[in-house]
Formats: sequence, C-alpha cells, structure tokens
Amino acid sequence: MAGIPHDHYEPKSGLEKWLHKRLPIVGLMYDTLVIPTPKNLNWMWIWGIILTFCLALQIVTGIVLVMHYTPHVDYAFASVEHIMRDVNGGWALRYLHANGASLFFVAVYLHIFRGLYYGSYKAPREVTWIIGMIIYLMMMGTAFMGYVLPWGQMSFWGATVITGLFGAIPGIGESIQAWLLGGPAVDNATLNRFFSLHYLLPFVIAALVAVHIWAFHTTGNNNPTGVEVRRGSKEEAEKDTVPFWPYYVIKDLFALAVILVVFFAIVGFMPNYLGHPDNYIEANPLATPAHIVPEWYFLPFYAILRAFTADVWVVQLVNFLSFGIIDAKFFGVLAMFGAIAVMALAPWLDTSRVRSGRYRPMFKWWFALLCFDFVVLMWVGAMPAEYPYDWISLIASAYWFAYFLVILPLLGIIEKPLPQPATIEEDFKAHYPAAE
Amino acid sequence: MLRKIAISAVAALSLMSGAAFAAGGAGHVHDTAFAHEGPFGTFDKNQLQRGLQVYTEVCSACHGLKFVAIRTLADEGGPQLPADQVRAYAASLDAVMLPDGNERPREWTDKFPTRSGDGMGPDLSLMAKARAGFHGPYGLGINQLVKGIGGPEYIVSILTGYTGNEKVEAGTTFYENTAFPGGWIAMAPPLSDDQVTYADGHPASVHHMAEDVASFLMWTAEPHLMARKHMGFVAVLFLIGLSALLYLTNKKLWAGVKGKKIA
Repeated sequence: MAGIPHDHYEPKSGLEKWLHKRLPIVGLMYDTLVIPTPKNLNWMWIWGIILTFCLALQIVTGIVLVMHYTPHVDYAFASVEHIMRDVNGGWALRYLHANGASLFFVAVYLHIFRGLYYGSYKAPREVTWIIGMIIYLMMMGTAFMGYVLPWGQMSFWGATVITGLFGAIPGIGESIQAWLLGGPAVDNATLNRFFSLHYLLPFVIAALVAVHIWAFHTTGNNNPTGVEVRRGSKEEAEKDTVPFWPYYVIKDLFALAVILVVFFAIVGFMPNYLGHPDNYIEANPLATPAHIVPEWYFLPFYAILRAFTADVWVVQLVNFLSFGIIDAKFFGVLAMFGAIAVMALAPWLDTSRVRSGRYRPMFKWWFALLCFDFVVLMWVGAMPAEYPYDWISLIASAYWFAYFLVILPLLGIIEKPLPQPATIEEDFKAHYPAAE
Repeated sequence: MLRKIAISAVAALSLMSGAAFAAGGAGHVHDTAFAHEGPFGTFDKNQLQRGLQVYTEVCSACHGLKFVAIRTLADEGGPQLPADQVRAYAASLDAVMLPDGNERPREWTDKFPTRSGDGMGPDLSLMAKARAGFHGPYGLGINQLVKGIGGPEYIVSILTGYTGNEKVEAGTTFYENTAFPGGWIAMAPPLSDDQVTYADGHPASVHHMAEDVASFLMWTAEPHLMARKHMGFVAVLFLIGLSALLYLTNKKLWAGVKGKKIA
C-alpha cells in the first residue's frame, strides 16, 4: 500500500501476538493514530475533527431522542413537546441535536472551502473529494428529513416544497414524487419513511467517513503548501511530518473546545436563533405559511433553485431547444443539483498544476469572490423572490457556475504561479527559523 | 354557518396579512425588558403568578394551554405555587371528559384545558416561541442576537396595540391593532385597566397585565428556560477552562517541533 513510510505496530506481549495473528485490529488503530501528518497544517485543518465530533453528537443525542419520539402525524408534535417538558434533560438533548445540525454545516462548509482553496481535490485526492461530496449530499438529505420530524408548519411545508422538486422532472416526475411521499401529498407515510431514513443515513455517513479517512490516509493529507510529503525513506518523511498523535489530536481538541464554547453559548442562551418560529406551530395542511424558508444551510442552493425563472433567456433557450421538456421549474432543479455537481467535478475542471491557492496570484481573487458569492447566495435565498433579489440571485448563481466551468479551467492556462517551496520542511523552517 | 364563514374569512385574512408581512408590512413590536432575558435572566416568580391569574381570568375563556401540565405550576423555575394550591387550582378548571361521556374533576397531573370550536383562539402553550417580534435590520434578524426573538414582546405589543378603531367584514368585527401583521385582528381588546385584582397589590394597568401574561406565556413555552441558561453558563465556563488547559498543552507540545523555548 502506498502510504507515507512510518513505524508500524509491533505486538510485544504474548496476548498481543496472539490477537495480532488473528485480527490485527490494534495495529490498525495504532497505524491510524500515529499516521505521519504534514507538520505545517494550519487552523483550517481542524474541521475534520469537528465534523467527526458533530456526527457522534448527532448520533448519540438522536438515539436518545428516538426513545421518546413518536413518528405519527397525530403525535409527533406533541411527543417533541413531551421531550421538551417531561423527559429529564430532554430540552438539552433536543436543542443540542437541532443546533448540532447547524454546527455540522458550519464545519462542512469551512471544510469544503478549505479544500477548494488549497487544492485538496486535485490528484491524487480525487476519490477523497468525491466521497466527501457524497457525504455532503447525504448530510443534506438527513438534515432535511430530520427537520420534517417535529411536524411543525415549516417541517410540513418545507417537505411539500422540496419533494415537489422531484415532481418537476418531465414525464415521470409526478410518479416519483408520489413514490417518495408514499401518497399524493405529505402525510403519515411520508413522516414514517423520513423517520426511518433519518435514522439510517447517519450510519451510512459514518461508513463513508471511514472510507474518506482511509482514502486520505493512503494519499497523505494535503497541506497549505500543496507540496507532497517526501516518501523516499522514513527519515525523509519524518522531516516533513509529525505523528497525528499527540500533535494534532491535542491541537484539534483545543480547537474543538473553543468552538464548543460558542456552541454551548448558543444552546444555552439562544437555542431558537437559527430555527424558525413557525415550526412551533403544529403542521396544518390547510394553512400555508406566508414565507416558506429552508434552514440557513440550504439557502445558497435554494437561491440557485429560485434564480432561474421563466423570463431568464437561458431558460427560454433551453426550453426552446428541448421542445419544452425542460421548463423553468425543472431548469431550477437541474441548476441546484448542477451547482453541487460542478463542485464535485472540480478535480477535473481545475487545469492548474499548482495545488495550493497560496501560490496562485490570480486564483486567490477569484476564490475570494466565490466565498463572497456563497454568502450573497445564502442571504438572497432568505429574501422574497422579487426585485432586486431576483437579479442578485441570478448574477450570484451565474458566478457560481462560471467559477467552476470557466474560471478554473482558464486560470490554469493563463495564470503564472509563484515559486513553491521545495519541501514542507523548508516552508516550516521559514515560519519557525529555530526549528531543527 | 355564519360563524364558519366568518372563521374562514379570518383565516383568509390572516393569510393575506401574512403576505403583507412578508412584503415588509410587519406590525410594530416594541422592545420590553423582561426579567428572563439575557444569559443570566431568570423568571420573576411573582410575575409568573400574576400572569397565571391574567391567563385564568381573561385569556382562558378562548385560549387553551394543551401542552402544559398543571402540576408544573409547582415546579422550580416556574410560578412555584405550593402543591396544595396547584391541586385546588386544577380542581377549579373545566372537568375532564371521559371517553364514556362522563366527566371527572381535573387533577393536577392533567394538562390545562384546550379550547376549540367557533370563536375560540389558537392554543397559547407555545405562542411566545411561535412568533418573532424582531426581524431587522433588512430582514436579516441580526437584532435578535441582542433583543431575543421577541415572542413575549409580540404578545405585549398585541395586547397594548389596539387603536380603538373597528370594522365589520363578512359579518365579523375586526379591531385595528398596530402590532398585528396586516393591522386588523379578530380578537376584541381583551384587557382593560384594573380588570384583574392582583393579590399582591401590584398595579393592574393594561400594560402591566400584558407584560405579566407575556412573561407567563414565555414560561409555558419554555418551562426549563432557567435550567437551560444554568447549563449554558456552567458548560461555557467549563469549556473556557478546558480550552485554556488545552492551549497550554498544545503550546508546550509543539514547542519542541517549532524550536521554541519551553517556559
């Protein structure tokens, strides 16, 4: 296996040798824990641990919440209130779980944009990137279905709007929608299957996380220089790396503790800030809320979904060329999923041979604009679909696609990159001259 | 039949007013300084008891509290009434209808009565969390970080926001209200000065009663608010300490790698 050369686990006692011959599990854990890690990783490399923590937090609090929750349209809302009022510490469990989803998405967005800036998606890490994108999609599915479970007004109407997207698929859309919902509209069958999948998907995510880690432990971590760890010998590799334990475990735990200060301040002092008040009203299929807004972490893609209305010339052109099969609604759905697809294809769209954005003078500015674009999309996604927000969301959506489909491929050709350090060791010594 | 039409008219109107609300026609909600606000805020027990009195004597005619167990009136962090008083209070409420059509007296282990049917208002258990009073600036909701979401403030503003104007539409009377989205509400002004007589001699102006009942409804919506803030405070304090220790550990650990002197 191609890994960075390092010391491997040697069973010493009789029992260890006995077990190692039959199941080398201790060796696996040892090799995972002491994996050589580039010693120049900066603070943007902490999000992986934060994400692992979030997954564990969501699974643990979720399993206990399930013990008290009733997945039935007549009892779901009341059972959540039962958790909030009568279950010992139930309010804490629920607020941790609800806000834990937000922390999860804060971390995943920073993790993804870290990867986009430092070129972590580039060869040989394409598989890590693709698995990461699948995890991200599954997270969105899990979060969406989880939000339906309390059976409040936003739960119900959010589910109605989002499953309606599948209805936009030409021809088979309505059948697919009915199949997903278990009936013609969001009802008890929908709630039950969402509950089942909301419980299942986190375990699929956990398995994918293991594969994600396996993949980047094979290629080695990327690092802020984008220069690979030398692998000629163990001695050479040791000049570029430190073992994950204890160096990065302690560093990541410190970062986690600091982030949890903020997290617990939100859970303790303002747990409903990121939620929507309408979800404290029980679902009512006869009363549509004035303003159906998804959770904040869906807003950028929701903005892209809504940006392509029937009066946009691209939509009209596609509509004409497809003989009307692709209407504005379906175009919006394609754009929303396409926005994630182009991001997943970044390894093949980026033509630059330089990995890290640190040495790419032009890329830096376009990337900064992409970050700003993401924030704009998030803001405009929460605004009503009217002037001037329709124009802003259209321009912001266009930039998102232009970045991946036009700018990334072109930059690799026209940009003149800055010189990169020869080794990680050289970069590290430039920061810490006293390091030997 | 006429009532039914009237109710659907109200429903339609509230939908329309909702649309106006989304378009920026939000009612005016003014900030109220409640004792329970801020990281260290606690419910004022006496205010909750007064609010319970306003709810019982006024609101409960048309509004239920279906998620609130009566026994919780004795809980710590709530109105904290003596247990025997809570039992007596439960017995004074509407009897419980049994499946066989008979009735039995309400016990303190039961929930508050519900209200439904013609002319009745929405359940108030969660009202203080189901309305946001503050949305600004520019609809970003950032001012909620400072003022809170504004549910109790919304309740106070509704109860004190009547202008005295009324109009009749489709057989229903609507009352002009500066806080209600759309400006016209179907609920007649429920409070008038000195409508209730507080046992503790507290003044009972409309504004006082509104604040008291809003505070009480915040408690019904979030009965463990004080325990939650307590947990938040302890967790934040503990995690700051843990962060400091991990910072020092991390610094010392990396000093060797970075070639720095260890203090």
